[in-house]
Amino acid sequence: MTTLLAIGTQKGLFLATSDDDRRTWQVGPAHFSGTAIYTVGVDTSGPRPRLLAAVDNSHFGPSIAVSDDLGETWEEPDSAPVAFPDGAGASVERIWQIVPGAEPGVIYAGSQPSALFRSTDGGRSFELVRGLWDHPHRPEWGAGFGGQAVHTILPHPTDPASLLVAMSTGGVYRSSDGGESWAPANKGIKAYFMPDPWPEFGQCVHRVARDAADPTRLYAQNHHGVYRSSDGGDSWQSIAETLPSDFGFPMVAHPSRPGVIWNFPLTADSKRHPTELRCRVFRSTDAGDKWEEQSSGLPGGPYYPVVLRDAMCTDDAGTAGVYFGTRAGEVFASGDEGESWTTVVAHLPDVLSVRAVSI
Amino acid sequence: MPVLLVPGVLRAEAGGASRLEITASGSLAAVLAEVGERWPRLARRIRDEQGAVRRYVNVYVDGEDSRRTAGLDTPVAEGSEIQVLPSVAGGSRP
Repeated sequence: MTTLLAIGTQKGLFLATSDDDRRTWQVGPAHFSGTAIYTVGVDTSGPRPRLLAAVDNSHFGPSIAVSDDLGETWEEPDSAPVAFPDGAGASVERIWQIVPGAEPGVIYAGSQPSALFRSTDGGRSFELVRGLWDHPHRPEWGAGFGGQAVHTILPHPTDPASLLVAMSTGGVYRSSDGGESWAPANKGIKAYFMPDPWPEFGQCVHRVARDAADPTRLYAQNHHGVYRSSDGGDSWQSIAETLPSDFGFPMVAHPSRPGVIWNFPLTADSKRHPTELRCRVFRSTDAGDKWEEQSSGLPGGPYYPVVLRDAMCTDDAGTAGVYFGTRAGEVFASGDEGESWTTVVAHLPDVLSVRAVSI
Repeated sequence: MPVLLVPGVLRAEAGGASRLEITASGSLAAVLAEVGERWPRLARRIRDEQGAVRRYVNVYVDGEDSRRTAGLDTPVAEGSEIQVLPSVAGGSRP
């Protein structure tokens, strides 16, 4: 089995491969050198994985480049693939997320400012999802420290009409009619930074993951707060009690085992470094009731770099691989569900995103 | 006819050309509209989807920064030279 690991950084995209069950890695040269790759989508619905890279050029704007040959060649359309229509009064500043939908050829993109776009041609062109853009709450959605963006998109695995997004700030919104209408789904998620800390919307949700075995079970890493929903987002309950901190950015779920999730806690909003200054991943195998540290093979000693929301992922293997990259340009991989870790590569630019897939 | 000078980093979007002869004149908007029709990928590097010149792209008409003249309404004469340059702000983050 060969595993492909796409590493999006502040200054380019790097593709790594492993042919020995994720023990050793070969890392190729930078694609799109000098541009920030905030996210990479991988569409596995076709005969070969399609890579979709969000290429963010600070001079010349954002775009999406597509490769059907695992990065040998890339294509970009003449027209901007993700763009607001005339009259929307906004321009895409950054693409934060690219996710395949439940139907072949459907790809979703989340942007800054907060908006959702949908493609039906495999990611070559997108249309604004008007239902979310025209939502009456939109004027009240704010910006997190990283900007105002839809950074999480969770299509339902079997129901194309069911879709969940998360944005900072604004929180979680759901649609059950293919994006025509949307409703907030933040009951139980705290917004400590607001006068009413339990608002209907306005939360700063950093990431949501969906349980692979039970699509109604969701896990959220919040701007202080870690939560689980067992009812598709109708309500949320804290699962932070046995974590060293409730702050952090990523949250990922096992590709097939129910209740297995990972995150990377940071001390606090005002102290954005790993808890106890130790490079540690935390895993739960019971949907967040209990968490355990996983650090075998990770760097020892005082450790300051952070892991951003899109910089942790799992692959699609039965015994899941887990991956994360740091703002210090290091990428770590585990081929045994986090029990042990190896360094894929170091000294890259800040890692913004990682994606892994068996090829 | 006006000439648009393409910076090296964008020449791939213009078939490798460093100079583009433009048939339209009158205003910078007219010139950039023609660029959009003939070299759409070049055009979207210069302007966003609402037509605004990107924050970190500067467009000079006969040596004058169009942001300090009349923006997209800056007059462009038959012999004008339009130069597109990436701003010193922008580029890869340190």
